[in-house]
Amino acid sequence: MNPGDIHLSVQNVSLRFGGAQALKGVSFDAQSGEIVALIGPNGAGKTSLLNCLNRFYQPDAGARILFEGHDLLRTPAHRIPRLGIARTFQNLALYTGLTTLDNLLAARHIHMRSGLLDCVLYWGRAHREDIVHRQVVEDIIDLLEMEHIRKAVVGALPHGLRKRVELGRALALEPRLLLLDEPMTGMNQEEKEDMARFILDIHERYKTTILLIEHDMGLVMDIAQRVVVLDFGVKIADGTPAEIRDNPAVIQAYLGTTV
Amino acid sequence: MAVLRPAGEFDSTYARDMATVRRPWQWLLLLGFIAALYLLPLYANQSTVALVNRIGISIIAAQGLFVLTGLTGQISLGQAAFMMTGGYISALLVTRAGAPFLVALPLAALGAGVIGLVFGLPSLRVKGFYLVMATLAAQFILPWFTRHAFPELLNGAQGIVVPPPEIFGVKFNQPGTYLYLTLSVLIISTIVAYNISRSRLGRAFVSIRDNDLAAELLGVNLFQYKLQAFFLASVFAGAAGVLAAHNLRHINSETFNLSDSIFLLGMIIVGGLGSILGPIFGAILIELLTEAATLFGPFLVVLFPAAAGGQQALRPLFFGVTLMLFLIFEPRGLAHRWRLWKAAWRLRPFSHL
Repeated sequence: MNPGDIHLSVQNVSLRFGGAQALKGVSFDAQSGEIVALIGPNGAGKTSLLNCLNRFYQPDAGARILFEGHDLLRTPAHRIPRLGIARTFQNLALYTGLTTLDNLLAARHIHMRSGLLDCVLYWGRAHREDIVHRQVVEDIIDLLEMEHIRKAVVGALPHGLRKRVELGRALALEPRLLLLDEPMTGMNQEEKEDMARFILDIHERYKTTILLIEHDMGLVMDIAQRVVVLDFGVKIADGTPAEIRDNPAVIQAYLGTTV
Repeated sequence: MAVLRPAGEFDSTYARDMATVRRPWQWLLLLGFIAALYLLPLYANQSTVALVNRIGISIIAAQGLFVLTGLTGQISLGQAAFMMTGGYISALLVTRAGAPFLVALPLAALGAGVIGLVFGLPSLRVKGFYLVMATLAAQFILPWFTRHAFPELLNGAQGIVVPPPEIFGVKFNQPGTYLYLTLSVLIISTIVAYNISRSRLGRAFVSIRDNDLAAELLGVNLFQYKLQAFFLASVFAGAAGVLAAHNLRHINSETFNLSDSIFLLGMIIVGGLGSILGPIFGAILIELLTEAATLFGPFLVVLFPAAAGGQQALRPLFFGVTLMLFLIFEPRGLAHRWRLWKAAWRLRPFSHL
């Protein structure tokens, strides 16, 4: 994938829950190595769209989601990470009973090969593999500055750190497309700036394409290269942060005034 | 709570950091403990040896639940039925096919595993309370099957007389000798259970337990791993069932019943869910309570003649009260207490750090 190539192509995604139309014909592309922000008022359908990408929701007929030439809607949910897509969750979905280290190692699952018998014996392959992947995980722990909580059980960590562990867990999958669902909710200004720095670090180091949902406009305008705006399940704007800032439809969606 | 290491101990490789037995004196202690267990028949009386035997068998069966319930979070009320399956398969292999015990034991364990896998299929669709009911089916279907199917082979409700195990001409027909068999299987099962818990497999299991949705979105095939958990749990149960059946010399549909399944579940709760020490602590405590109930029964009748005949109720009574007290005061079980004591010991004299 070269920078500028279409990495992810979302085409005509509609999603209906009974009578409620969550998404209506949403289409957009993300280029390789781009940070795309997905914004919109509450209930606009941002998370639903991510859930469609993950195969957690099944969009209505006529939709197509292409990632590196793979049709995601024909891939079972547990195969999605193997294609190179990882995500974090709005309300945290960590393995709370495991340590930070084990949370990240658990995410190495798709890159490990040891089977039932290897694991039962834990001699040779399974043991070697654990050490090799420990190195990878330690690099991520370094990058996200989590050394001090390496062996802390995640359930006992404060919210801000849990968000960081979850980002680390997604990174441990070595994704080429990272889906971040509100990585900065419930954080104070300092934690938000840390998180923004981590996202930019990740982007620079791994050249990951990032699709980001976030409500903090200042932050979105700072780190995103492109912004897609949803309102009531419809895409109302798509462009650079500067274009979005002056877009009348966006201002109306957020402020409710006719300009 | 981070892992506490004794002062001044630093690791320079990941292999060292991951090691379980970390110091020469720990090896010494461990091997000494195992040797003391093996030498038990030399210095303990028969009833103690028989008790340790029972404890060992219970630990093996409870280790199966450790994998299934403790790690994977799938609650099962069918563990005793899979013990029965293992016992029956081994009994048939030895009596009908003339298979040597060393062949019958692993085959019976694997056979129980396959049956367990079949009864684990509902776990793909249902969770929690509903799964408990689904696994309960095993506890009714399998004993019914042994009572009514193939009467010429399974001998109906009468059951099968099981010969004592024989390995290379040595008969294990005394509690003292049988202990060697139980301990050897127990050591293997403990190593296997521990290896599962610390490897890729165990992390996949725990990720299903802690958040099955996230596990799937992070690439864990729920279908595959839930079934593997049921398979492994039933292999442990099968091995324990083989040992129990050959120890009792007899097996029928009543040998392992629903209350055994409940006791096994109680053992891992009391011992501590999700800890490798849980089944060991839990089985020891519950089996000792059972023993206490047996010893205390006659006294009860002497003290309260009106309670005559009620002494059998002591076992479930002790069990129920213990379980309740643990659920209220230490829901994380003895293994958690053990961790706290260890941490306090390492932090002494600053135990409140």
